Amino acid sequence: MDFKLTEERQMLQDGMRRLLADTVTHEGMIAASETPAGYDPALWQALTEMGVPGAMFAEEAGGFGGMGFDIMVVSEELGRAGAVVPLIESAILAGGILADAGRSAEVEEIIAGRCFAFAHGEPASRYDLAHVETRAEKTADGWRLAGAKAVVHHAPAADMLVVSARTSGDVDDEDGISLFLVPADTAEMRDYPLYGGGRAAEIRLDCTVASDALLGEEGKAFALIERANARGCAAQCAEALGLMETIKTLTVDYLRQRRQFGQPIGKFQALQHRMADVLIEIEQARSAVINLCGHLEASRAERELQVCAAKNLIGRAGKLVAEEAIQMHGGIGMTQEYALGHFAKRLTMTDHRFGDTDYHLERFIRLSAR
Amino acid sequence: MNLNFTAEQAAFRDEVRAFLDAELPARLANKVAQGKRLAKADYEEWHAILNARGWLGVNWPKEYGGTGWDAVERHIFEEETTRAHAPRILPFGLAMLGPVLMKFGNEAQKAHYLPRILNGDDWWCQGYSEPGAGSDLANVQTTAVRDGDHYVVNGQKTWTTLGQYANKIFCLVRTSKAGKPQEGISLLLVDMDTPGVEVRPIVLIDGEPEVNEVWFSNVRVPAENLVGEENKGWTYAKYLLTHERTNIAGVGFARAGLSALKRIAGEQMDGGRPLIDNPFFAAKVAQVEIDLMAMATTNLRTIAAAQSGQAPGAESSMLKIKGTVIRQQINALARQAVGPYAAPFVSEALDEGANVEPVGPAYAMPATQAYFNNRKLSIYGGSNEVQRQIISKAILEL
Repeated sequence: MDFKLTEERQMLQDGMRRLLADTVTHEGMIAASETPAGYDPALWQALTEMGVPGAMFAEEAGGFGGMGFDIMVVSEELGRAGAVVPLIESAILAGGILADAGRSAEVEEIIAGRCFAFAHGEPASRYDLAHVETRAEKTADGWRLAGAKAVVHHAPAADMLVVSARTSGDVDDEDGISLFLVPADTAEMRDYPLYGGGRAAEIRLDCTVASDALLGEEGKAFALIERANARGCAAQCAEALGLMETIKTLTVDYLRQRRQFGQPIGKFQALQHRMADVLIEIEQARSAVINLCGHLEASRAERELQVCAAKNLIGRAGKLVAEEAIQMHGGIGMTQEYALGHFAKRLTMTDHRFGDTDYHLERFIRLSAR
Repeated sequence: MNLNFTAEQAAFRDEVRAFLDAELPARLANKVAQGKRLAKADYEEWHAILNARGWLGVNWPKEYGGTGWDAVERHIFEEETTRAHAPRILPFGLAMLGPVLMKFGNEAQKAHYLPRILNGDDWWCQGYSEPGAGSDLANVQTTAVRDGDHYVVNGQKTWTTLGQYANKIFCLVRTSKAGKPQEGISLLLVDMDTPGVEVRPIVLIDGEPEVNEVWFSNVRVPAENLVGEENKGWTYAKYLLTHERTNIAGVGFARAGLSALKRIAGEQMDGGRPLIDNPFFAAKVAQVEIDLMAMATTNLRTIAAAQSGQAPGAESSMLKIKGTVIRQQINALARQAVGPYAAPFVSEALDEGANVEPVGPAYAMPATQAYFNNRKLSIYGGSNEVQRQIISKAILEL
């Protein structure tokens, strides 16, 4: 039992914290959301040179990490800074699938900083990982893909998309889903900025790809998707934790500095007790992230139970932290100008990806009953 | 980062398990598991079994006959004993007074009292709270006036847990009214048999006389029973309370309560299906289970920090709040789970071997009793509001 970071992870954390503190501002992140890429390519380049995407892959896959606690350290720092970069989409979701499918050339490109995105969710799938209506049909020399993908984060900046499509079975079957590597410029995109920063796109697919675009085994992609999703959840929960830590700092500072009725508002017990409850839930959130990241390499049953537990708890804690912080800041917390808004919105939006609080509570009950 | 025990720690856990398999009497474990009333002799029996193994002084150093265990070993012992439904080790002599005497008592006091705590000659109770000194403990009004070789004690203590079984009480008394309230307090050891000491039971909302009032009328206490220096009692009191807060999270109790809750909800039928399959009920159980999973890790993080020599700070206050709230939620769900049979109150049914049929399932009344009894969790040991105050002071630094 040991909750200390290894020396390598400690160095990565220190390096990231310095770089991000020097380069990331909430104004910069908001401005980047209005650029075509949706994020600052120079920032992603600097993080790439530091080895951030590489830390998401095991040594066998050409990286130097790939464990749950690598994901935790990196993602928490990104959250702490409020940074918007395609770590989850490129290195964890698309990259994780490509590594599992043995595509070392593409993994190498991702480690070098190239942006990939994972086009899986659909307009009607909500959070159900098995719901895939997009079809893929075999042609003489490849595959014909047709369908629609929804809210694909960082698709506007991606060169390549990992796309899920059904090659057999019914719309909600786990069996019969396949994955394809698709050049982004063959897809029709409607792109837009996000409340939490960055850009995403609605994607319409009506294209053909070569036969070697198939990733892994035909019809058997669900296990790969679920594993990548679990790692994406871990990254997002750790990012949420980092966001909460910064929101805590901003709010505590504000409670100390802001004076009303002749004293700092932090002297008022009504606010002190609410802040204490916020702190308790942030500690709970940290424990939930540790539990999930410590079980990413466990059996599927144990891993998925921890995914549900963490996502449910982080969803509840994130809502409390964001709402209480805005309330305790008062009017200034409502403004776009002040940093809190960016962090609070980004935190709030973490409950709208990979399954929300209720989705994971229901799934936790189902998985525990087995 | 590593969530697993080391090989040595795992071996220690196995050793504790083997000990419990062999030495914990099934009669006692059954009483604890079924929520029956524990008699004085039950506690004494279990204390004696632990003492024979050298495992009663859980947080005592070896030189005083304790285990010398580190924070992780203490945690493992606590986790395993609760899982096995062992009676709890009463904290008053072992966890509270013992460490204070070791640090602040004189050699004669240590030599006399510490062995008697381990071998069961003395049953201590806590004379801290008063009607006017609850969360505001420094407001104690019980006086001790020096008269030759004695102190003469007058006043009233309250909420004295299991004082009806005790032969000794450690008391915070006021020896000076000068200066701040904290500056005139002393810690005095009193024999309950001394003339002028009177114990009156207080029946709590669960129907049990778990606590007492203790009255002092011109009680003459030998001056040698003063611990440390006169008027320095507040320092000792605070030191004692930091030990009161060990195992404050109560993870083992919460886990035992959760598995009992699931068992009950699996047996209770609700519209033709087990209650646990009612999605509304299942959601509440799952949510508290998720909170407990995280809290258990929060607790381990605190233990690991203690292991590496960090002094516990506001973390123990966070654990106190979260731990007690989780246990109270589990108690409330168990009460809800037993349905109409939560209502019958047949006190004798809690006694071992009582010739009284329980009304409804045997687990029903203990569920209600535990619910009412554990409302105390968020009140004692520094109420949860006092804990929030501690947290906000530590963090806000205002």
